This record gives sequence, structure tokens and C-alpha cells, in this order.
Amino acid sequence: MAEAKLLKQDSWPGLFAKLQASGRRILAPRGKPGLILFEEVSSPEAMASKYIQTTLSAKSAVFPRCEELFQYRFEGKDVKIEDRQLDPPPTVIFGLRPCDASSFAVLNAVFSWDYQDAFFKSRLKNTAVIGISCRESDEYCFCTSVGGGPGDTKGSDILLTRQDSGDYLAEILTAKGQELVSLAPELFAEAPSAEKGKFLAQVPAHFEVKELSQKLPRLFDSGIWVEQSLRCLGCGACAFVCPTCVCFDIQDEADREAGSRLRCWDSCGFSLFTLHTSGHNPRSVQSQRWRQRLMHKFSYFPERLEVLGCVGCGRCARSCPADMNLLEHLQAIMEAP
Amino acid sequence: MDQLRKKARELLESGAVKTVIGYGEGSGKAVRAVFIRQPEQTEKLILDERCRQNLAVYLLKPEVKNLGKPAVVARLPVLRSILELAAESQLADEQMVILGISPDGQLLDLAGLKAVADYVSAQSLELPPPEREQLEQIEKKSPAERWNFWQEEFSRCVKCYACRASCPLCYCSRCAVECNQPQWISSASHARGNLEWHLVRAMHLAGRCVNCGDCARACPVGIPLNLLTRKLGEEVFKDFGLRAGTTPELKYALATFLPEDQEDFIR
Amino acid sequence: MAEPNIYKPYLMRLEKITEEAPGVKTFRLLFQNEEESKNFSFQAGQFGEYSVLGEGESTFCIASSPTRKGYLECTFRQMGRVTTALANREVGDTIAFRGPYGNTFPLEEWFGKNLLYIAGGIALPPLRCVIWNTLDLRDRYQNITILYGARTVADLVYKHELEEWEKRGDVKLLTTVDPGGETPEWKGQIGFVPAILEKEAPASDNTIALVCGPPIMIKLTLPVLKKFGFTPENTFTTLENRMKCGLGKCGRCNVGKYYVCKDGPVFTLAQLNELPPEY
Repeated sequence: MAEAKLLKQDSWPGLFAKLQASGRRILAPRGKPGLILFEEVSSPEAMASKYIQTTLSAKSAVFPRCEELFQYRFEGKDVKIEDRQLDPPPTVIFGLRPCDASSFAVLNAVFSWDYQDAFFKSRLKNTAVIGISCRESDEYCFCTSVGGGPGDTKGSDILLTRQDSGDYLAEILTAKGQELVSLAPELFAEAPSAEKGKFLAQVPAHFEVKELSQKLPRLFDSGIWVEQSLRCLGCGACAFVCPTCVCFDIQDEADREAGSRLRCWDSCGFSLFTLHTSGHNPRSVQSQRWRQRLMHKFSYFPERLEVLGCVGCGRCARSCPADMNLLEHLQAIMEAP
Repeated sequence: MDQLRKKARELLESGAVKTVIGYGEGSGKAVRAVFIRQPEQTEKLILDERCRQNLAVYLLKPEVKNLGKPAVVARLPVLRSILELAAESQLADEQMVILGISPDGQLLDLAGLKAVADYVSAQSLELPPPEREQLEQIEKKSPAERWNFWQEEFSRCVKCYACRASCPLCYCSRCAVECNQPQWISSASHARGNLEWHLVRAMHLAGRCVNCGDCARACPVGIPLNLLTRKLGEEVFKDFGLRAGTTPELKYALATFLPEDQEDFIR
Repeated sequence: MAEPNIYKPYLMRLEKITEEAPGVKTFRLLFQNEEESKNFSFQAGQFGEYSVLGEGESTFCIASSPTRKGYLECTFRQMGRVTTALANREVGDTIAFRGPYGNTFPLEEWFGKNLLYIAGGIALPPLRCVIWNTLDLRDRYQNITILYGARTVADLVYKHELEEWEKRGDVKLLTTVDPGGETPEWKGQIGFVPAILEKEAPASDNTIALVCGPPIMIKLTLPVLKKFGFTPENTFTTLENRMKCGLGKCGRCNVGKYYVCKDGPVFTLAQLNELPPEY
């Protein structure tokens, strides 16, 4: 249903105003180089101007890093549970990179197979994505190796591609996208040309991901995991900046009168993740946890949920305090005997 | 750098150590920790201004220990971390060879912890002016401004614990945040949970932190955590005249009780 | 929310506490809501998330049989934060429960077969559910043998039920304690479970083996079963990975392509042989 329009650069403020007037909040990249986060903005001037990728993904818009599942009150021997009235605000994520836009499908695969997670799904339903294609990339980007691309439309409702003129080619991709356009139809002109390829970054493809997925199971006992993870410190930075990492913890917080049950992001890289109370730990050392991280993303996810658990955004490598470079490690795995 | 490579090669060839923990080229312009086990691989060792990660953190990592006796490339903060870890009975002299590096990149001849302590004692451990200035910037703020500053900084914390993982002195097998009977610190990354975590961590490192700065460098969302522990280090020095990582003997200010200690804070 | 909150538990009333062994208790729980009680059903092998609100959730199997309607039972050892909070509850207190989750033992496929139950220590509860289920359908099965061992006599759980099974003519019960764990009155066997199994020399013809116990017991028991001709397809166990959600979301119990909470906890040895050894 893709339809190409032209969005003038100077019409962003008008678009933002119309989006907000319709009751939508706008999340967009803000900050300075080195620390750019998706935050609520009221005008495009507040946006970060130049960045390859945001520091954290926009994952928290649909899967907050810490959220209440329900509350309860203690009344003698009884407990009253107050269910969460979830009414997520209509949200537009503006300026999401194509890799990040495609990550929502990965989260959705987990949250909506079998049991349906209403928290995630209601947020996703109320969220529209206006993506912006990448004109630049860096050495950490590898979207094209995992089925994406700098101008990939998957997951965006509207995808903007900046042309040399400074104006944007706007691909209206979904009904949600149409709805956004209908809020300000006057801003979307006829596009003289739908050409976008020449405005996109060149991101070389480094490996055939299907081959990788097929190869991984037989490398389970390989020494490569220990070798690769020697410098891994076992923190959760990679998982928490990752747009597709979905593992979480459930915790209670209460006083004598009331409390709530929370779910918070967690990471398979932490030793506590799988530690039994008895002291037994099925993944007791870091190499096993590193292996699990890769296996989960590139082998178990595709096999089980038919999605790849990685969009090639490169954040894990950019933010790793020990320079664990995922792309480099994947290439080494492809070359391993 | 040539001295270092030569020494590393000798150590591996003679079998004196099984691995050399040093720095090598990493992604793009980055450097990374490398674990050299073959003499011919010592060419990969590099040493320049980018080589800042505190490698002492790897001396306690089980899978690194499995490689056998290490030699570790150690600038001043790493040397101090090693002394502090030795003082806290986490490392012993015979467990490693220390490849000390002077500020101008020369290989130091430091045979054993005693020599390391002597070397460290001869160095100025005063904060360099830029670091002093950073603290003063914060100290200048009113308590309310300071509170807001840290609230703002902590609000970004996602509890990935990269600060803890990158810190050689954060070696507890079960961190306070993971002790749940009772749950001292909220494990959630909401405002209170983040505040509790960073305050407790800073207090646990008060006077033990060697000011290497790795916690701040490791933080994916750029929280300047090292300012907290740096400040506490200065406070401990002011009150007790002790700095972390200067001796392999345990002289930890906050765990030492002397008859002449003032008690006027107890009312 | 359009869809129900899958993390919201049922509220249960703690009706009865049985002290099974040092640190081990069985709770009998009743639904506080009549409607929920009526609509609830489960099958042997399934588990749930039990919680003291304010402390958190803990994963245990449902230890009572689905043939005994109207209540749920769980048996747990006081170990961590949640089980300690549970152990401190009194009759009448509120316990929260989510479930039933996970797959089940294929009891109907076993009609007409012999059943050999092998359990160690605190791992009898998951089998107790199946044992009672099959005993309540006794005429559907051939010989039923139960081999149960614990470190000491005191550590044996379900002592009254062991007596009851002992007295039944239609069950062969072998109880054993580790050497040194016996009391002067102890009439059962003395020795480790694998050794007693070896002595018992069970026939594998038309027989299903169900094994539950600590890893070391399982490790040493499986070769004995193999020796007597039990195939991996006819050997069943339940896994107890750490879990949080129980719903196939939180990722904690992921082993290979499986989520123990969804694809398990019941696995055949044939399936386990295909899995990474991360359980």
C-alpha cells in the first residue's frame, strides 16, 4: 500500500503541531552526541540533529524498563488486588531508524505467541512509527547482514528519506501512516520522484544470516565462546541498549499496607538470571551466558518464533565497556571450523 | 611498547606466566583487553593514551583465572587496584606478575607487591586539577541543586550494572543489591531504586576506590559515577589521611577502629 | 485493557499446612472466588507461580492430583525469600497463585502399561501428583512401583501417604535412605536410589519410568534404567529451571529452542538428549 509523498523540511513543525493537536505525544531523539535518547518533544527544534544511532533504543516506549503489573492492598488476612487500568497515550515515535522500527516485530513475537501480553500489545497498538532512513552508518552497523537495510520500510508506518534538497521522501506504508497523513494532508505534496536508493548509506553485508543460524547449533561445544567472552565483564549494557532483548524479571515491592508487582528489564548475561536458590546454576560462567545471548538471538528465536533476534543496530558493540563487537564475533563464528 | 612486548614474550616463553593481560587494537579507534597466550602473539600488545581500562578487574574473573598465572599490564590505577585487592585478601603476590607502566609509558621493574607499594607511595596521588575542578563544580551547587543534578543523572540508569562489572573493587560474589532477605535495595530501575543503588555502591567504595574512572566510562548512559567515589575518596583522605590502593596491608579507614578515634558524632 | 492481565494471580486461602520434613511444608489452597474454583482445571505435571504478595513469586509443581477436585496443594522447602515468606504463613492467610502452566504427563497414552516411579528427596511432589492420579485410575494401569529415597528418615516427605501406599496391595513401594540416614526403627532399605534400583532389577517391558530427583541421583539412575532396557522415549522427568513468568515471555527458563515453562516441565529423556545441558 506504499504511497510516496514529499514532505518539505520546513513542514516538520507543522506536522508536530498537528500530531500533538490530535492528542498524540511525540517521542524523538534528543541530546548531544554520545548520549541521545528518545524523549517526549514538542517541536522538531528539540531533536538531536546529527546522530547515527540513539544511545538507547525506543524499546521502552512499548516495553518500559520498569512497569507495574498490578497493585494490592493488605486487609487483615485478605489481599485486594487492583488490576492495572492500562490506557497508554497515543504515541508517535519520530525519527526511528529502520533497524529499530523492525525491532518491534521481534518483541511482538515474544509477547504475543501463546499467552497475549496486554501491556505490550496495548502500547504497540497505540504507537505509530515515523522512521527516518539512514544516510550515514558506522562500522558497528550491520542491518544488511540480518535482513534489514538503511531504507528498509519494515515496522515504519511512514518512512522518511532525506533527499539532497533537504526535503523528505515520505513513504506512507500502513493504515496508521495514512491516519497520520490525514491529520495534515496539506503538508504531504506529490513526490516528483520516489527514488531513494541514492540517498541511503552504504552498509555492506558481511554474512548470510541463514547460514549462521544453521551453523550455530553445532558450535555449542566450541571453544569459541570462552575465547570471545574472556574480556566480557558480565554487565547488562548490551541487553539494555538492545532494541530486541526482551528478557525480564518480576519483583514485588510493598510496605505493610500495600504494594505492587513490577516487571523490569533483565539480562541473560547476569549470573543471577538462571541461578537456582539451591546454588545450582545451569549457566554458571560468562562464556555460557555469552553463548546463550547469541544462540537465543540467532538460533533459538528463528527456530522457535520465526524471527531473528537482532536487527543489526550495533548498539551492543558501541556501548560495551569491554569492546565486545557483535559483528566481529558473528563473522568469527561464520569462519569457525 | 617494545619493552613491554619483549618482557611479555620472555614471560610466556619461559613459562613464568600463562597469559599476559594487556591492551590490543579494538573496533574502530577503540582498544580492548587482550589475553595473550602465545609468545608470537605479543606483537598484538599496544600501549598508548587510549589504554585506560582497569585490567585488574580480570584478575578475579574465573575464566581468566582458568588460563593460568597472568602477567598484567598496569598503569597507576591498575597498580593501586591490585594493592587494594591484595589488602582485601583477594589477590596474593605469587598469583600474578605485574607489568607496571610509568606515566610516560615506560616498563617499570616492580617485583612484587612491596615494590608496587613503594612505587605508588612515591607518586603524587593528589587529584589532577581537571578532576579537582569537576568535584568543585558539584560542591559549588546548593544542596537542592546537587540533589536535582544527581536525580537527573540517576534517572537515566537502566540498572545494567556496567559500573559494578567494570570495577575491580566490586568483586562481591553476591552484591548488596542481590541480597533479598531482606531486600535492602530495590532491584527496580525506578527513581528510588536507582538512587538506592548508586548511594549504596558509592558508600561501599568510599575510601576503596582508586579513581580509575572505569565506572563512568562503562556507563552506557553517561552517568559520571566516578565523581561520587572520587569525592568520598577525598573525604576519607581528609579525615583519616588514607588513600586506597597504596599498601597491600589492610588499612581501610572505614573498617579500622582506634582508641583515639573521635566519637563526638555519637550523641 | 482489552485482553486480560496474564500476570494477575488468583487469590487462594491457605486451608491446611502439613509439616513434611525439616524445612519442608505442604500447603493446601482453596480458591477465594467460587467462580474461579469452578472454572479451574489442570493436569498432572503442570506447575504454578505461588506467591506471598509483597515478597514475590516462586515456581512449584502442583503436587495434588487433578482427580482430587476443589483444592490445590504444593510442597516446598524453605530456601529463599519467597519460600521463607510462604513458610511463615498461617492457616487462613492469603496466598496468590497463577497457573496451571506447562505441559502434562501423557497419562492416557500409558493406559495398560506398568509404571515405575523413581524419586529422591524433595522431588517426590511432582511425581506425587501423577502417582495419585494413576492410583485414582488404578484399573487403567498394570503394575505400579514406587522407589523413593531421601538422605535421612526425617527427610522423607508425605510420610502418611508412604504408609498408605505401603498398605495398598496394588502398589509396590520401596523406600530407602542414604547409609547413615536410618533410625533404629527404620524398616525400609538403606542405600542410594540407583543402587536400590539396580537390586530391584525392574523389567522394562511395557513399562514407563518417571524419574525426579537431584541432578546427581538422575545422573546415576539413568544408566541403570538403560541397563534394564528402558528407552529414552519411555523415560520421563520434569525440569525445574528458574522461572519468573511461566508464560514463555521472560526468557529465564529458555534451554535451546524450548521454554521449560511452555514446552516442559515434562520431558522424555529422548527430548533431553537433544537439549543443551543447561538445566
